[in-house]
Amino acid sequence: MASSSHTPLVEMRDIEKHFGSVIALSGVSVTVNAGEVHCLLGDNGAGKSTFIKTMAGVFRPTGGQMLIDGKPVAFSGPRDALDAGIATVYQDLAMIPLMSVTRNFFMGREPVKGIWPFRHVDFDFCDRVTREEMKRIGIDVRDPGQAVGTLSGGERQCVAISRAVYFGAKVLILDEPTSALGVRQTSMVLKYIDMVRKRGLGVVFITHNVRHAMAVGNRFTVLNRGKTLGTATRGEITAEELQNMMAGGRELAELSDELGGTV
Amino acid sequence: MSQQDTADLASVKDERLKEAPLILRLMRRPELGAVMGLVIVTVFFIVVANSTMFEFSGIMNFLAPAAQLGILAIGASLLMVGGEFDLSVGSMVAFTGLIFAACVVTIGLPLPVAILLTLAFAAAMGLMNGQIVIHTGLPSFIVTLAFLFILRGLSLVGLKWATGGSTQLRGVREAATQTPLDSFFYEIFAGDAFEGLFTWLAANDLIAKFPNGQPKVTGIPVEIIWFALIAALAAWVLTRTRYGNWIFAAGGDANAARNSGVPVRRVKTSLFMITAGCAALVAILTVLDSGSTDARRGFQKEFEAIIAAVIGGCLLTGGYGSAIGAAIGAIIFGMVLIGLTYTTIDQDWYLVFLGAMLLMAVFFNNIIRKRVTGER
Repeated sequence: MASSSHTPLVEMRDIEKHFGSVIALSGVSVTVNAGEVHCLLGDNGAGKSTFIKTMAGVFRPTGGQMLIDGKPVAFSGPRDALDAGIATVYQDLAMIPLMSVTRNFFMGREPVKGIWPFRHVDFDFCDRVTREEMKRIGIDVRDPGQAVGTLSGGERQCVAISRAVYFGAKVLILDEPTSALGVRQTSMVLKYIDMVRKRGLGVVFITHNVRHAMAVGNRFTVLNRGKTLGTATRGEITAEELQNMMAGGRELAELSDELGGTV
Repeated sequence: MSQQDTADLASVKDERLKEAPLILRLMRRPELGAVMGLVIVTVFFIVVANSTMFEFSGIMNFLAPAAQLGILAIGASLLMVGGEFDLSVGSMVAFTGLIFAACVVTIGLPLPVAILLTLAFAAAMGLMNGQIVIHTGLPSFIVTLAFLFILRGLSLVGLKWATGGSTQLRGVREAATQTPLDSFFYEIFAGDAFEGLFTWLAANDLIAKFPNGQPKVTGIPVEIIWFALIAALAAWVLTRTRYGNWIFAAGGDANAARNSGVPVRRVKTSLFMITAGCAALVAILTVLDSGSTDARRGFQKEFEAIIAAVIGGCLLTGGYGSAIGAAIGAIIFGMVLIGLTYTTIDQDWYLVFLGAMLLMAVFFNNIIRKRVTGER
């Protein structure tokens, strides 16, 4: 399954992004391969959000290059990124609690049948697909007609991910999918991320929780103050080293001394 | 390995994927409250009211005002599901009524042209309402409240201008039936439908008739036919079409809907246009029916329409509701308004009923919503 010899699905080279006089990113390089979870770690303000929004086509990079399947691209909007197979699951999930799982799953991309005045959504098909997809990820949906509001946070996250996968994503950007979840819910989401990886997708997993990253990640890139602090492969680095890199190493060591080694 | 995982998960979860129980599925229907209300009100009048109320003629009697309110309520319910309000529908009835009557009487346009112009004008007003709401970001409650007064005032001013000082414009019926073409359209928007069938039924002793052989009910008032057609169409659009899903999405969470590719602005604007169009249709139907228009037409109908929509299961916060529910809510109104005349109860209890019903419906809807979404 290791595909480092193949062309990466997405390659971001020396991406820079300036907002006026603020330099949010100053040369970030990340590659995403098929069948791999690439963890993007960094503290608040490190530039994670700016970076994934650049990757998702929300922002245009000020400098640097973006390649998809080895070919340079320039997105003019999120739609372009989506068409190129890069799907983003944001923290707020774009799910509507009052609507059913099926209606959420197909929102904005409803399959229709029939000739115009009688054209309608093929809800039988939608229900069937939703039921199958939910079964695949092991969510206890009593029926696809139940409202998303009845699902737990982890289940909602999984539905959002499976929606992106179903609609043909090749690269999945997950924006802190586990940050608001409890232990069981987190393990459920991590397990599903592993399943998605095994299906051959490339996953960009943004988190600031090193343990979650270590659980599923193949490679780890740490961002700090808009720069890449380096990319490590699984096995080359320990959780402690990652944690130190994220916090800027020295500062954390000092703090650790002050607090008597509790951080 | 991955397939093994999936297979395991599937077999474990399979028996947990049971069908939702019937009660829960019924509870999930937004119309439930309205249906229960209809049953209670029907039972009440069967017990209390004169038995002629539920004869065919009596049913037509209370369905006619229910239909007029119902058309407004269906428009209001779609808009509420889409997350917005329109408080200007009552004034819109008066103003489009004026436009329509002025087209027919003052300008002397052919009836079909006048009807088209009135509907187009209403759509333009709806477009304006929608654009103001979307571009200013103000709550639709405030924007349409402004238009409640603006349109009511314009109706008064316009009527005086069109009639030379009066606030009533008469002679619509005469002006609207001058040519065969006019008469043809007049039949669609006024009077009774299926008159031939009813005469035939009476002749064959299948329905009640007067001693002279005329049927007691000469036909079904056209507004009831319009009401039924619009209710069916709205229910189908809302629950079965892509546009319907977008209405729910736009009202449920506009931001999330936009992120999923739903054209929220277009959906909301079109809903304002539909609501205004419903008001214009009611104006045309009632103006042709009475043969005149006046500035008080549609007075406070915006509130009744919203109350009917709420009784029908629409949440004030948007994203949830039903067109059929709103139609049933309107029928409850018609039944109580007219039904009280079949009893010895003072008719003014109607207003008390209106308020009480609204309070109960909102209370009930909140409980239902918590059940549906598992909110705690």
